Amino acid sequence: MNPKRKQRLLIVLGLVSGLGIAIGLIMFALSQNINLFFTPTQIAKGEAPSAQMIRVGGMVADGTVDRDPQSLKVAFDVTDFDHNVRVTYEGILPDLFREGQGVVVQGRIHSGQFVASEVLAKHDENYMPPEVTEALRQSGKLDQMMGGQK
Amino acid sequence: MVPEIGHFALVLAFAVSICLAMFPLYGYLTSQDGFCATAKPLALLQGLALAVSFGVLMYGFLVNDFSVKYVADNSNIDLPWHFRMSAVWGAHEGSLLLWSLILAFWGVAVALFSRGIPDHMSALVLSVMGMISVGFLAFMLFTSNPFVRILPFAPGNGADLNPLLQDPGLIFHPPMLYMGYVGLSVAFAFAMASLISGQLDATWARWSRPWTTVAWAFLTFGIALGSWWAYYELGWGGWWFWDPVENASLIPWLVATALMHSLAVTEKRGLFRSWTLLLAIAAFSLSLLGTFLVRSGVLTSVHAFANDPERGVFILGFLIVVIGGSLTLYALRVAKVSEPGEFAYISRESFLLFNNLVLTVMAVSVLLGTLYPLLVDAVGGGKVSVGPPFFNAVFVPLTAILVSGMAFGPLTKWRQSDDPKLYRPLIITLIVSVLMGLGWPSLLVGSYSIGTAIGVTLALWLAIATAVDFGKKVGLYGGVTTTLNHVEKGMIGMWFAHFGLAVMILGVVMVENHTEHRDLRMGVGDAQRLDNYDVRMTDLVVINGPNYVADQATFEIYVDDQLFKTVTPQKRRYNVSGMVMTEASIDSGLTRDLYIAMGEPLGDGDWAVRLSVKPFVGWIWAGAFLMGLGGFISIMDRRYRRKLEVKKDEASGEEVPA
Repeated sequence: MNPKRKQRLLIVLGLVSGLGIAIGLIMFALSQNINLFFTPTQIAKGEAPSAQMIRVGGMVADGTVDRDPQSLKVAFDVTDFDHNVRVTYEGILPDLFREGQGVVVQGRIHSGQFVASEVLAKHDENYMPPEVTEALRQSGKLDQMMGGQK
Repeated sequence: MVPEIGHFALVLAFAVSICLAMFPLYGYLTSQDGFCATAKPLALLQGLALAVSFGVLMYGFLVNDFSVKYVADNSNIDLPWHFRMSAVWGAHEGSLLLWSLILAFWGVAVALFSRGIPDHMSALVLSVMGMISVGFLAFMLFTSNPFVRILPFAPGNGADLNPLLQDPGLIFHPPMLYMGYVGLSVAFAFAMASLISGQLDATWARWSRPWTTVAWAFLTFGIALGSWWAYYELGWGGWWFWDPVENASLIPWLVATALMHSLAVTEKRGLFRSWTLLLAIAAFSLSLLGTFLVRSGVLTSVHAFANDPERGVFILGFLIVVIGGSLTLYALRVAKVSEPGEFAYISRESFLLFNNLVLTVMAVSVLLGTLYPLLVDAVGGGKVSVGPPFFNAVFVPLTAILVSGMAFGPLTKWRQSDDPKLYRPLIITLIVSVLMGLGWPSLLVGSYSIGTAIGVTLALWLAIATAVDFGKKVGLYGGVTTTLNHVEKGMIGMWFAHFGLAVMILGVVMVENHTEHRDLRMGVGDAQRLDNYDVRMTDLVVINGPNYVADQATFEIYVDDQLFKTVTPQKRRYNVSGMVMTEASIDSGLTRDLYIAMGEPLGDGDWAVRLSVKPFVGWIWAGAFLMGLGGFISIMDRRYRRKLEVKKDEASGEEVPA
């Protein structure tokens, strides 16, 4: 094998093995760091794992937002109109958070309550996070919801 | 009547782009110079037509012509005039028009500044750019026309611009970002033109190098501006969120960075030819993918405003045509690409290869993390999301690997570098940076963190090695006769960019490891201590803005019982849309930012308040600015202004001293 070919072969082998290892590590890191999404109904049925970081999406149920008068603690229900999940959170809520608005919360289930580490509401009132649309579609309440909005 | 002129100009631009896509290519394939010669005039005409169209839309915003649906949806009589101007690209249709205008602008630039390039080549380049233009203009005319009217009953007032976008950030961020995104189409077009013509030696690399660099510089500015905007406006003090849309701009940036470096090897040494072609195709394809992700709303993101799935399908189809077509052509031609020359294992070539390998892995990892939720959903695996922990786990170590190589690379020589003198300054640099890096956390920060020590060591290692390289090249250590005036501008640009990255890494390391942050409940009269600042809330008033009503708090900040500064963050409620926005107060300094924002009212006149001290956060954007500046310095190089003499060199062979 001439030296030019040999060098090229070594480079290609180096590139392929380097990329292979890198992609393997990336896939491993991915499998460790994904957050599964659940609907309130799935959580009520106990399908969601506890103590693992998950996401839940739905609407903030009317009249369920309770604030602690002394601190930044807040609790509210996220609903897909079939089942509700009680969510507790401590911190500043996003500007578009309000009752009747679609939200996605990220956190863990702790003795029957969902302890959120992050609350996401989007920056456009007409925008519905795809997860929330999905949750409402699964509970069969999407049409009712859309009809109600008009 | 006036909007119809804009509409007409848009249709005209579409017709011109079809001609531009076909005539020069036909002329090239049939060797008819007359058809090739149409390329430049058509490119200019297309630019003119789109400028008219864009100008008409902007005029519609300035005179509040609410009979145009797009204006009515995105503007309002009370909106200040500069926001009415930037509102032109505040939503889908207008930002597409801006995209097409910038594409046409790049075409005009190629037509005007390509005198050193053979006519058939510039004709092919413009033709490829014309094809891209056809796709975007068809997309706009058939699915997203900004000139649709509401007649005969035009509304008396508009629905207002999304308050999030009522910010100077909107004036600069999208145009800069688009200049970068679309600028990569020039490198793509050069690559395609050389594939079509079969002229696959290294000459296309020399022609497309300045274009790639300038597009990269714009992309750098665009991303940095977006990050800064997010920081002060919507991010609650964060500067990067690994949001799918941020990733969509980072991926082409990473590939474009790799492309810039690989073009250097191809230009100077004639190596990596097929790889460079592939990178040029990938860089532009990924910026199209970015557009698809932003505009289709398939991913959950802060940029995902309400949108229409039909549009997503169109862009996806366009994406498949562009990527499929270019890769097919590449596959057909790549066997003809020869790779002359060899290089030693320690040489500039091998370090640039290393750079390309690491940057590609970075781009692939961000791409996988961004698309993974889509892939899982497509195979029925349910809804998942990939959060910052993944990206940090992958990106941080890769950056460390990249930076450790960046210190060596510039000091090595082309072909070979068995010079033992190379290692001496580097060993000293390493010792100095490790000592300073280890000492940094205990000297400048109260708490010790090993992450900070490593990060600071890397940043200093890069900064000092760049300075050493600078010293060597300008002859600070004697033995070299060049002065700064004789150093290639490309070299100076590289020093700026590498030094800028060091500055940025320092900022990132400090802000990520040492931000002091508290969310608190505060009312008038309350005081809180953060770091060495005493923050007192002294007043709470209601303010009437031009198109909003705001709750405004006054905070007095004391250092050692001396009044240091008074700030007034606001919580605004916009009149038309009813949307609520946070206006944070930021006191920026060289070594820290003090960030105060109002959360939500908690009753009894109390508010949720966020207080943060963010060390060195400004260095992130200062670093990015230096990087972009480096790009602009590089293209000032004299050799890019040489005209026809360059062409004569091509015939003589591959090695052109430049």
